[in-house]
Amino acid sequence: MGKINDILSPFTAWKHVVNKPVTIKDPVSRIAADRYRGFHKNDLEKCIGCSTCESICQNAAIDMVPVEGIETKHGDSGLRPRIDYGRCCWCALCVDICTTNSLSMSNEYIWIDEDPEVFRFVPGAEKKSWDTRQAGWQKPSDNYELYDPQRVKMGELSPEIRHDSFVEIVQGFSKEQAIAEADRCVECGICTATCPSHMGIPEYIKAIRNDNLDQGLKILYETNPLPEICGRICTHKCETVCSVGHHGEPLSIRWLKRYIADQNPADKYKEILNRGNIDDKGKKIAIIGAGPSGLSAAYYLSLMGYSCTIFEKLPQAGGMMRYGIPEYRLPYDQLDKDINYILSLGVDIKYNATVGKDITLEQLHNDYDAVYTGTGLHSGRSTRIPGTEHKNVYQAVDLLRDVSLGKEIPVSEKIVVIGGGNVAMDITRTIARLQKQKYGKVQVIATSLESEEEMPADREEIVEAREEMAIIEPGWGPVEIIIENDKITGLKVNKCLSVFDEERRFNPKFDKENQKIFPADMVIESIGQGADLSYITESFKENLEMDQRGRIIVDKHFQTSLKWFFAGGDIIQGPDVITGIANGHKAAIGIDKFINRNS
Amino acid sequence: MSKKLFTYNHDRSLFPEKGQDGKPNIDLSSHKFMKIWHGPQHPGITGNMSLELTLQGDEVMDCETHVGYLHRGFEKLMERRKYIQCFPIVCRVAVPEPDFNEYCFASAMEELAGIQIPENAVWLRNLVLEMSRLQSYLMWIGGQAGSLGQGIIGQWSLYCRDLVLDRFEELTGGRIYHMYIIPGGVRGNLPDGFLKRMEETLQIIESFMKDIKKVMFNNAVFKKRTVEMGVIEKDWIYKYGITGPNARATGIAKDVRKDYPYLKYPDLDFEPVTSEYSDIYNRADVRRRDLLLSIDLIRQILAKIPLKGDIRAKTPNVLHWKVPSGETYSRAECTRGEYGYYLVSDGSEYPRRVNVRGPSYTHAVALLEDMIINENIADVAGLMVSLHTYPPEIER
Repeated sequence: MGKINDILSPFTAWKHVVNKPVTIKDPVSRIAADRYRGFHKNDLEKCIGCSTCESICQNAAIDMVPVEGIETKHGDSGLRPRIDYGRCCWCALCVDICTTNSLSMSNEYIWIDEDPEVFRFVPGAEKKSWDTRQAGWQKPSDNYELYDPQRVKMGELSPEIRHDSFVEIVQGFSKEQAIAEADRCVECGICTATCPSHMGIPEYIKAIRNDNLDQGLKILYETNPLPEICGRICTHKCETVCSVGHHGEPLSIRWLKRYIADQNPADKYKEILNRGNIDDKGKKIAIIGAGPSGLSAAYYLSLMGYSCTIFEKLPQAGGMMRYGIPEYRLPYDQLDKDINYILSLGVDIKYNATVGKDITLEQLHNDYDAVYTGTGLHSGRSTRIPGTEHKNVYQAVDLLRDVSLGKEIPVSEKIVVIGGGNVAMDITRTIARLQKQKYGKVQVIATSLESEEEMPADREEIVEAREEMAIIEPGWGPVEIIIENDKITGLKVNKCLSVFDEERRFNPKFDKENQKIFPADMVIESIGQGADLSYITESFKENLEMDQRGRIIVDKHFQTSLKWFFAGGDIIQGPDVITGIANGHKAAIGIDKFINRNS
Repeated sequence: MSKKLFTYNHDRSLFPEKGQDGKPNIDLSSHKFMKIWHGPQHPGITGNMSLELTLQGDEVMDCETHVGYLHRGFEKLMERRKYIQCFPIVCRVAVPEPDFNEYCFASAMEELAGIQIPENAVWLRNLVLEMSRLQSYLMWIGGQAGSLGQGIIGQWSLYCRDLVLDRFEELTGGRIYHMYIIPGGVRGNLPDGFLKRMEETLQIIESFMKDIKKVMFNNAVFKKRTVEMGVIEKDWIYKYGITGPNARATGIAKDVRKDYPYLKYPDLDFEPVTSEYSDIYNRADVRRRDLLLSIDLIRQILAKIPLKGDIRAKTPNVLHWKVPSGETYSRAECTRGEYGYYLVSDGSEYPRRVNVRGPSYTHAVALLEDMIINENIADVAGLMVSLHTYPPEIER
């Protein structure tokens, strides 16, 4: 029976003879699934050319290339991915890791052409039929991340602990925290391009990941001799452009730099940064001002074998870093750690030596082979509204300097600060601490022209100032300081509607109907600082090219029209520390070239 | 009763003469022997490999397997790629059954890195592996029938496989290379309506499997050519390292899913499919029943799978993922037997050594060379397919 069945059974296949053939799929008209990984699409506006797609591609199918019509913008490399479909394996890891989520794939998979060259193209730049398709592979959204978009939380003193002391707020990373934060880096290098000093940021972050902090310190000192300082108070332009920040939080680059510097004890610096024997070139350079740019110039010049002498007006080195920034942001011992290392290389420094008073610029010109000036912006600007001539109206920079000098500064019960920048926040928070110590309560108002979104101060400064009970009132323009019986009673302000006009020029508009008075018995102005260049005497000024606003004109090596005279720092660019350091470094190279050419 | 029309009495012990070592004395210059190459271009070979056969008449006297046509050096390539960059290439090791590579590589990495993947991802992995088994069997069954002259079975089964690939496409974004089981989890949740479409697909496959049973298995010709043919003895299992259906057909219930449970298999209700006697017919039948078991397991998985949830655990940044140093072996039961990845890490961003243990190497090289002696040339293709081997995975 079984055998007969085995003979007849196969004939049942004939029942399919009336059915349509099963192999009917037509690949040309067939539409692929919604998730299909087909040809790439790229939103060129969103893309920043970070090249992370290129890094992850296992078969080198992606090249970053310049594209016509795409300019190199701030935080954008100007390059865009070009994909070679002869190498692409369609894995879509490039899409999954894309930091801006600009890259995706369409569900188109058929494209026929006789020319093999066309299969290598820049998605988005060359229009394709699938560019507008919705369907195709997108980065899976359900908590699917190939790197951590969230920052490692930094330990900070709580407002209750810090509000009456000048102890440093930010506590720094532990080893585990630093390695976890360093792990988030995608090594795109956009930070390096943006940093005024072009620090090797991905490289030192890599050194942290590898727990090789000696290497990290060496990388820091290649472009920045003040890492402890920059690790605390740098304006971190790198973080604002960090590609990880486009979808998530940017890396804490500043804290990572601080971690490297903090972990290396000062007495090990010489050993780690051993530069070998430096031949003395027998040339002398005078540097005016021991601020960031002067110190940076001194460091790099002394590495080249020049003997440097810094002339510093104040009793200690550091410039604005010491006399402008409060101790709770930048403790003096950390400041000294960086400065002492530079001085240990043989840099001579003359304190309390004001150029123009104790020694003239002419003497420096005669005694030294070149002069570098980085005297900074130490003169506070006034709003010049009625009442500013009153004795209880102060400049923020003057008060901050006095605090650092250890002098007692006047602190009344009700204080108004005019200004919305970081200096204004520094003085506000300093005053808040002093008021807390003196009166047990805080009554300080900081008011700025700019709205809260436009305020130039760092966001965290505003938040922390509020945590310390200071009141921030953005969007008010000062009208006059009200004085009754020779005593300040308040600051009258108008509502500010806009600060800049359509051409982005400073041209504030006020609503005069909307007025308010902030009660105060003391007013502090903090609306910006100016330079004091009185040490440049008329005889030099004749040949020194300056622009209409009285700024010295320099070339790319920070050389002025007086060939022996170099200038950098806040008086030229910035104002901020890292720009000053970058200026000092470039000027050192310029001075070296100048001296080599002349000798 | 029966009277044979033709009688053919062959006493194969008479020739060729055996030498002192017991092996046949093959002297090609005697003109009694013929060498032919079976493959690599031969529909009866299961991929890019070839058998160098020495025949006497139509009988195989000697066989030497030749591989190397498909060697891509993946194991070495991986030593020069970061872990995440290995992920897109491991699937290419075994083309028709890529997911086991992805799973074994990912799970080995996760074991060394100490990463626990989300529950949802475990279920999705389990689903993908069973789907992969299903489509692999569907491809094999067409080959087994085709190698013995039944073309129609392949048309049906490849249609069914195409339907499974459609489901793969909507779940993973790819039809052949799914690149879905990524270290740390998987790359997507079930799309809307997937369960319904999967069930429809399974029903179509079941209906075709009934036809295939009638046409292929209840078939006098197929039985005539496969019963008592290419027998694997029980004591060869450990001698050669035979795994999978080839071993289970002898009655030994070797199944990684039971012996070394992984993913969600402990939560699924099944028994390994076995048979008593491992000839071609029984091996084919074990595979057919295993295919039906896969359908059952997919239904069990889909009944229990959470429809949403996290799909990937938090891992280090994949661009510089350093896997702690150590070594591990991760295995899974693919359609052909035990599939495994031996992974050695020296603590760097690159794997120090990856070794792929595919069942095809033992089955298609060592076992086949011995089994094929004294078989008829016409049975070589059927015998080879009955071992179910994929040359890409032999060569890597």
